Amino acid sequence: METTAVNSISSETVLLWLQGCSKTYQQHKDELTQLDAAIGDADHGANMARGFTAVEGKLPSLKDKDIGTIFKTVAMTLISTVGGASGPLYGTFFLQAANGANGKSALTHEELFTVFAAGLQGLMNRGKAIVGEKTMVDALVPAIEALKPHEQDSLSDALDRAVTAAICGADSTVPLVAKKGRASYLGERSAGHLDPGASSTTLLLEALQQAFHSTS
Amino acid sequence: MKKLINSPDNVVTEALRGFVAAHGDLVKAQFDPNFLVRADAPVKNKVAVISGGGSGHEPMHGGFVGRGMLDAACPGAVFTSPTPDQMLAATKAVDGGKGVLHIVKNYTGDVMNFEMAADLAKAEGIQVESVVIDDDVAVKDSTWTAGRRGVGATILAEKICGAAAEAGQSLAEVLDLCKKVNAQGRSMGMALTSCTVPHVGKPTFDLPEDEMEMGVGIHGEPGRTRMKLKSADEIVELLMEPIISDLPYRSGDEVLLFVNGLGGTPLIELYIVYRKAAEIAKKTGLKITRNLVGSYITSLEMAGTSITLLKLDAELTKLWDAPVHTPALRWGV
Repeated sequence: METTAVNSISSETVLLWLQGCSKTYQQHKDELTQLDAAIGDADHGANMARGFTAVEGKLPSLKDKDIGTIFKTVAMTLISTVGGASGPLYGTFFLQAANGANGKSALTHEELFTVFAAGLQGLMNRGKAIVGEKTMVDALVPAIEALKPHEQDSLSDALDRAVTAAICGADSTVPLVAKKGRASYLGERSAGHLDPGASSTTLLLEALQQAFHSTS
Repeated sequence: MKKLINSPDNVVTEALRGFVAAHGDLVKAQFDPNFLVRADAPVKNKVAVISGGGSGHEPMHGGFVGRGMLDAACPGAVFTSPTPDQMLAATKAVDGGKGVLHIVKNYTGDVMNFEMAADLAKAEGIQVESVVIDDDVAVKDSTWTAGRRGVGATILAEKICGAAAEAGQSLAEVLDLCKKVNAQGRSMGMALTSCTVPHVGKPTFDLPEDEMEMGVGIHGEPGRTRMKLKSADEIVELLMEPIISDLPYRSGDEVLLFVNGLGGTPLIELYIVYRKAAEIAKKTGLKITRNLVGSYITSLEMAGTSITLLKLDAELTKLWDAPVHTPALRWGV
């Protein structure tokens, strides 16, 4: 069956998404940093903003490139500019996602799910965190799960579900005691705070949702 | 925020430029990606020793680059791990054909970035070994946390491994020594004040005038407990007890006692701390055969101290005493 235009993500939409990430991380820089100051080391906002500003700088050179190349460039840029744990984690997500997107100028709903699931697997291998340890995984796992296509599904609905799942997942980190990352040093004192990594993951998916809706 | 800076964005590069302007006889700087190497790098047929971490802990690590200690240091943004491209470039710049040891402090970001760098270097045919330093007894070492943080023992490992590499030891031998220092070193710190990351502009945590943070991390991560301020002697007791009982250090052990300032505590107070720490060590039967007092692993302008004990033997003592010529540590030359 032919995939309709509205049920796939084009490379133009991907570029628009990345542009949106740069904007959203600039806008939420202080908020992410404040979350990180509470249970970490107060650098998450600045790191994400720096990384995606660098990604934005690469976008003009990616105009006619396939999504695999775009994702690979995003990965290497984040790995070399973000630092902290988020650099290797988000970098690995895009690096692993790139494999299934090589040579493609658009991703169907099924393909988007597959490459994101590969990205998630890579991220989890790198960070060794599972759900419930107060990390970005708490937002990303339910979001990717929600993205999974089912019968008579639309990508639009799936992206909305993914964002809702990410928000719920991020909110679920509030009462948790951190078991990975710097917040884990706090023990019980980490409870009662929203995890900054789960929060930045939600922003990433919201930016994708917005880019998709603005083009479809 | 009152800081002697021009712009938060330029803090690291301007400090690096000043550092090489001051110490150009000992170190060279590379930019994009940023790293420091000893002036005569690469040294042929010598194991190279590299470390790195967020900036804001000066003189660690750049201050320890030079003969008898580190071959290269990779500074990240303030309190942020450096990135794999930095470690990869530094590894290539110092590889003298006998392999490269990465000394990594146990922070999630540092470990992941160094892991990626080691993978990339190995893919290019360079022999790389890594040791993760985790000597901070304030943090519970369990599968339920990121594990103990790397603090004071890091620079002791850098000094001892640097001396061993200089003496011609193999990568496997230098690796074993690094593991030994980590296994025999224990630390704990405390803060009287928070610190302010230039990009953030306000203190990382609020600490009332009459309270202190025990077990603080070197990035201003809140520690494990907050309590009412006590006297210097009482604070030192609260630091020494968990350190001594953790290894444990036993009567008759020869130790190096390292009293470190976190950036905002004057040397006069560090000697008050040393006085009490040495008294407690002696009471426990420990023989302090070497020591180090000063601000070597800092947390920007944080006031506070950390104490490190390292159990010594003849080999470690000899390597500690070996000549070192770096901007921040210098003897025997």
